[in-house]
Amino acid sequence: MAERIETDVAVVGAGPAGVAAACRAAECGARVVLVDENPRPGGQIWRHGAAAAIPAAARAWLARLQRSGARLVMGAAVVDAAPEAWLLVEQGGHCLRIEARQLVLATGARELFLPFPGWTLPNVMGVGAAQALLKSGVSFRGREVVVAGSGPLLLPVAAALAAAGARLRLVAEQAPAADVRRFAAGLWRQPGKLALAARYRAGFLRTPYRTGVWIAAARGDGRLQQVTLTDGRATWSMACDLLCCAHGLVPNLELPRLLRCGLAQGAVAVDEQQRTSLAAVYCAGEPTGVGGVERALVEGEIAGLAAADQPAEAGLRARRARLRRFAAALRAAFRPRDELRRLADPRTLVCRCEDVALSRLQPGWGMRQAKLVTRTGMGPCQGRICGPALEFLFGWEPDTVRPPLKPVALSILGEEP
Amino acid sequence: MIDGRSVTVEAGATVAAALLNDGVTAFRTSVAGEPRGPLCAMGVCFECRVKIDGVPHRRACLEPCVPGQRIETGG
Repeated sequence: MAERIETDVAVVGAGPAGVAAACRAAECGARVVLVDENPRPGGQIWRHGAAAAIPAAARAWLARLQRSGARLVMGAAVVDAAPEAWLLVEQGGHCLRIEARQLVLATGARELFLPFPGWTLPNVMGVGAAQALLKSGVSFRGREVVVAGSGPLLLPVAAALAAAGARLRLVAEQAPAADVRRFAAGLWRQPGKLALAARYRAGFLRTPYRTGVWIAAARGDGRLQQVTLTDGRATWSMACDLLCCAHGLVPNLELPRLLRCGLAQGAVAVDEQQRTSLAAVYCAGEPTGVGGVERALVEGEIAGLAAADQPAEAGLRARRARLRRFAAALRAAFRPRDELRRLADPRTLVCRCEDVALSRLQPGWGMRQAKLVTRTGMGPCQGRICGPALEFLFGWEPDTVRPPLKPVALSILGEEP
Repeated sequence: MIDGRSVTVEAGATVAAALLNDGVTAFRTSVAGEPRGPLCAMGVCFECRVKIDGVPHRRACLEPCVPGQRIETGG
């Protein structure tokens, strides 16, 4: 049976930003509903379960969430929404309609996957993906692993894989050594972050960490057996049976774009209170610009307070300003290099859902034309993987977002109250 | 049960974890017939789709294991 829920604040996404927003709004006395696709709150970074412990700060936030009185709607995907404001949610094969005074979008980020020959082979996966699988109980003991890609996430994932008994062969950061060094030098103001990086590095000391090295190809018969890497001059191959490869994060903008929130520089534009261009819609965390867990928490707190008509403390706003500067430096240091635009060969699949090879696409097209001619971006992921890749490769703007946001049975839409 | 084989998993494991720990690498077959396994492990890419208790296209990375569950790969 379809159910209708009325609430003051509906928060989408139960990662750090959404949890902070839900806590602060509920603690102000607002009725709060928190929706997330995963079975438990915490998002990707605080993913916990079978094999995972989480930091004390994360446990404290999740305990605070339980006490806050916010209603959790987990295992639930938002399929449609309007800024008036309501959400249509699919949960366990049923349809929920959530009517709220205010929405807080805390939809997080996903990994940026850039196509290269062999990237569709089984056992080629994301960097955060390996972390998520480790936490959900996968054993990588004895596996021969190469980690290649970009960003600070490479370090904790490499350390976690080594600690889990994987035979880590190489950690390759595509960013040039000079950029990584400059970024690290700028961390002196944040000794906690430097200490954390050092601790992660100590977790895989026997494995080289090389900057200015990137993936060129993966090979194997039915599954990964070998990877080829390059530093732009030399190219070499290594045997391995797991490649963790992603080039940083991209914000999940499908819901903000469906609602027609104003965007700026590839992220949701927000004011001092985290309010978007729409009066009843706030946004916090990665969708306003990828920037990590601390920034997401602060933005979530401010958004939750604002959605409950409360001003944010001055201390929160000052921390947000500092963390936004840090995020901008991080994005600049680890931005994907131009050479990554030329990894795919004509036979490399770009759209993995519909198996569309690069040779079938013309750079002068846009995403809409690629869809119409080749079905690129029209499979179940709805362009979430190939869209950001094609934006990077060809500068194609994302196509209009239409409901349903996730594939859903027609019977569920028919159930709408 | 994975493709008719009985397996035991730790409490709280996902279906993706059960399959990978059982040595399964090809979760589904792509439209052109290629084997595919998990890419994002976060519910975004839909590469880990399997049939669970007769329901197709379930994302193995999001589904918790429950006793008596029947999982079919290769769809």
